[in-house]
Amino acid sequence: MNHPNANRVAVTGLGVICAIGSGREAFAAALREGRSGVAPLWLARAGELRFANAAQVRDFNAEDHFSAKDADMLDRFAQLAVVAAREALAQAGIGLTEELRERAAIVTGSCIGGQTAEDAGFVELYEQGRPRVHPMTIPKTMANAGASAISQDLGITGPAFTISTACASSAHAIGQAFHMVRSGQAPMAIAGGSEAPFSFGILKAWEAMRVVSPTLCRPFSRDRNGMILGEGAAMLLLEPLDAARARGAQPLAEIVGFGMSSDAHHITQPSAEGAAKAIRAALRDAALTPDQIGYINAHGTGTLANDSTEARALGFVFGDQAHGDKPGGRRPAVSSTKAMHGHTLGAAGAIEAAATIIGLQNGFLPPTIHFTEADPECELDVVTNSARVVSVDYAVSNSFAFGGLNAVLAFARAI
Amino acid sequence: MPENQLSDDELTQKILHIVADTQRRDIATVTAESSFEELNIDSMDAVNIVFAVENEFNINVPDEEMRTLKTVRDVIDGVRRLISAQAS
Repeated sequence: MNHPNANRVAVTGLGVICAIGSGREAFAAALREGRSGVAPLWLARAGELRFANAAQVRDFNAEDHFSAKDADMLDRFAQLAVVAAREALAQAGIGLTEELRERAAIVTGSCIGGQTAEDAGFVELYEQGRPRVHPMTIPKTMANAGASAISQDLGITGPAFTISTACASSAHAIGQAFHMVRSGQAPMAIAGGSEAPFSFGILKAWEAMRVVSPTLCRPFSRDRNGMILGEGAAMLLLEPLDAARARGAQPLAEIVGFGMSSDAHHITQPSAEGAAKAIRAALRDAALTPDQIGYINAHGTGTLANDSTEARALGFVFGDQAHGDKPGGRRPAVSSTKAMHGHTLGAAGAIEAAATIIGLQNGFLPPTIHFTEADPECELDVVTNSARVVSVDYAVSNSFAFGGLNAVLAFARAI
Repeated sequence: MPENQLSDDELTQKILHIVADTQRRDIATVTAESSFEELNIDSMDAVNIVFAVENEFNINVPDEEMRTLKTVRDVIDGVRRLISAQAS
């Protein structure tokens, strides 16, 4: 261990809501079964887009979780954040003492915040010619609305903030919270992310980038043609392993390392070198060697550029192990769960951390569904189409953002 | 004059200007035979060029077609094909 005086950090609660499951149990079952959350896009004017499918949360009704008045005060992305945080806290079964309320941290990630609320306000202003915008537009749009809503909802008054690093936002958030709990700065943290990007204007902007698949997301397949956009939230409850054990809680997993890097390369094109640096940094932080990693939850967006670049990065770090040809070397299995729950942007790191933890805890590796045929540019041991039943000790989850900002989390199976 | 009556030379000139304008290059450095590589045009630059082309000629360029573009000539040929498909 690199940090002799540091706390080991346990995850004792998980909350998840996304296209393949409202709630942790439903999400875990869907991961195990390899269920797809992708369906025809549910939005007015959907027919005016070049893509037809999305991974949306179809069974979420805000008034099942909030009073009508409270629901009005929050954009959907903040509502999802609160629902996931409540579930994580309930599973952890932790009593919020006065001290915990004062010192616990809340760190959330979001890429676009409540831009759907902003979009609706601007439609009224620009298109309908109304003279004013709703007064809640600013507080509903701010990227920290999720963190603020969790703080208010749970009565937690410690450090709370939001990290916005595009598609790595919630991996950065969890990593930051992990370091705060490890160092003793916070005795508990709720960390994760949420996103709800389904407004016509935002989808048009994604269409313009030409990275969204007109069909399905097929990570690492030779015929992949883009990502599928998704929405959702996931929150992890982190506490020192010793504290969890002392109160008789059962850890779901440990977070053992976090690594970051920036590519300094290009605003949208990924860099294998930059990604590899972040993976190496996470392993260094965890004091793990590459051959100890049994599973990689890939960023795996299903775009041409991401998947081949990520495969190269994995080759750099895992060397012969990644290609399975080192005598006695173990080839880490790789999957991208985005094919199931879509690319949830700022929530992706957290939802995929949850998928990684559930796999470690339950002895299976979630599959890369919609896989057709291997791509020679992605020479990896991909877990294709059905979950692989195997117990691994250590796993990493990759998140690589537009803008070249990378965040990688390392997890250990709870023992 | 409607787009479908553009002469080949006019269409070429318009596209050379679009490439030069979007890439902030001197028009003298762009020819129909220039490759994207020579002009230092990466995939995001190409997306920006196609966006401008779509607006200029009122056409929609499919994603698959977009991915095949490697030279200015590819853009000219593709636009001509889409304009005549639209006219017919």
